[in-house]
Amino acid sequence: MTTVERQKSRKTGEKPPGTRAERRAGGRVRTRAPGESRNIGWLYALPALLVYGAFLLWPLARGVQFSFYNWDGLGTATWAGLSNYTTTWTDPALRGSFGHLLILVVFYSILPCCIAFVLVAAMSRTKIRGMTFFRTVLFLPQVIAMVAVAVAWQWVYSADGPVNTVLGWLHDLGLPDWRHGWLGDFTFALPAVGLVGTWVEIGLAFVLFMAGVQRIPRELYEAARMDGAGPVREFFAVTLPGLRRELAVALTLTTTMSIRNFDLIYMATGGGPGNATKVPAYEVYNRTFNTGEVGLGCAIGITMAVLLFAATTAIGRLVEGKGA
Amino acid sequence: MSSRRELIFNHAILTLFAVIALFPMLGVAVKALQLPGLDVSTFSTAWRDGHFATYLRNSVIVTSVTVVVSGVLSIMAGFALGTMRFRGASVLFLLFLAGLTIPTETIVVPLYFDLRSAGLDNSYAGLILPQVAMSVAFGTFWMRAFFRSVPPSLLEAARIDGASSWTTLWRVLVPVGKPAILTMVLLTSMWTWNEFLLPLVIVNSDEGLRTAPLGLSFFQGAHKTDYPLLMAGALIIAAPVIAVYVFLQRQFIAGMLSGAIKE
Repeated sequence: MTTVERQKSRKTGEKPPGTRAERRAGGRVRTRAPGESRNIGWLYALPALLVYGAFLLWPLARGVQFSFYNWDGLGTATWAGLSNYTTTWTDPALRGSFGHLLILVVFYSILPCCIAFVLVAAMSRTKIRGMTFFRTVLFLPQVIAMVAVAVAWQWVYSADGPVNTVLGWLHDLGLPDWRHGWLGDFTFALPAVGLVGTWVEIGLAFVLFMAGVQRIPRELYEAARMDGAGPVREFFAVTLPGLRRELAVALTLTTTMSIRNFDLIYMATGGGPGNATKVPAYEVYNRTFNTGEVGLGCAIGITMAVLLFAATTAIGRLVEGKGA
Repeated sequence: MSSRRELIFNHAILTLFAVIALFPMLGVAVKALQLPGLDVSTFSTAWRDGHFATYLRNSVIVTSVTVVVSGVLSIMAGFALGTMRFRGASVLFLLFLAGLTIPTETIVVPLYFDLRSAGLDNSYAGLILPQVAMSVAFGTFWMRAFFRSVPPSLLEAARIDGASSWTTLWRVLVPVGKPAILTMVLLTSMWTWNEFLLPLVIVNSDEGLRTAPLGLSFFQGAHKTDYPLLMAGALIIAAPVIAVYVFLQRQFIAGMLSGAIKE
């Protein structure tokens, strides 16, 4: 942060040269080893910057470039202007994929945070034994490859997997037959995939909130209890305000996961049945490699990056009140 | 309010959620090992049919090279951005920070076509270099935060002893920074090991270069609904990460939760 301030002051101090020189000299004394060029920092950062520039920034720039062309990946590309971006919003399947993304945000982000809040609200009044164990177990889904998670959940949802087995028992008890081929069902495939996301993210939200609760001063809880606050009042008066920062982090991470969920969709449903579980992350791949619309694939990819950036910025502002 | 009843209730809820979190994994183990009979033949079949020995070896090569190279580059860049002031440093930092929010999906398509033109598709270099670039964004961010937390007196002392910045970095700061470096190594290892989209796109013809997650997806394509076999495969590719996680969960959790915290 100080670097930004210094740059600003250098800019404003441009006119009187004396001030500028003094500032520079002052900076030198504070920050630089004697006899060492201040630009040696660039030398240290250069190798990282080269790889990063060549394999991340350059593809990003090329992605922007590709998105303005129609190209099938083999022949010659033709200028398309902004048409790939308009297609992203007008093509029914693509517009649908962004709609699916919104629904998945509820499953990946909002639902896990709500569940974790309920859990934490219950826990905040007592000391938990074996917290390390619970934290390790609940966080475990975060570290497993989504490809492996997808295989496990395909079994959970399969024709004679555990979900349908339990529903079969309920049917035997006289309830209606709720068994489905969950991932192959036009209505249920998207929520079924979404629940996998919920399952993965609950642990993340819980661990974050639990760590946050421990930083809330005990006296606040004692004061609330002296005032006769029940668990619900206590939650809204003490716990929730104390967890703003953690909530912002949880929403940021889980929203990111909901946008970057290619692995799960590709493995579990392949976007199907029909278009039922197509999401932008999947459409980037699908449009590029299956239907030969490389420019459109890039436009979707760029749109995703913009959405992700907008979402994380908005979450930071809304929840933490930054820049408001 | 009986706090004893509350205590039991809380532990019951936590246990319930722990069971939910473990359930699909336990299912995987039960199915794959054909418990309670403990029949490992499914494993040996999956291991053989799925060519997992080859895929795990590829994942080990790609992950270790990516982690070592990106680790060294991140330590150096983080050192510069965390302890030195130089023209453009803040712009450079923002540039690396931007990389944290760029999804793989955004760059994978142009990356593929450019790597193909350069003859780097279906090669280790094509798998490793982009993942070094992605890891360097996080690594630089992470190591910069560590170097900023180093007491200035430590740097001063090294200077007074006449140490160059290079010696200061590797002889003084890196030994102090082992915990931070360990966390970085764990996270970039996990991300590289689990990465799926990039290998799927880059390794499109050479079966001998498939990484473990990519191998599992092809294994699934070949054995659609043979769940015991598929789950044995899933367990094989997930086991290395789970094993490390169980021992070093504190570092994993702290690191993954800090990724979103910006200054």
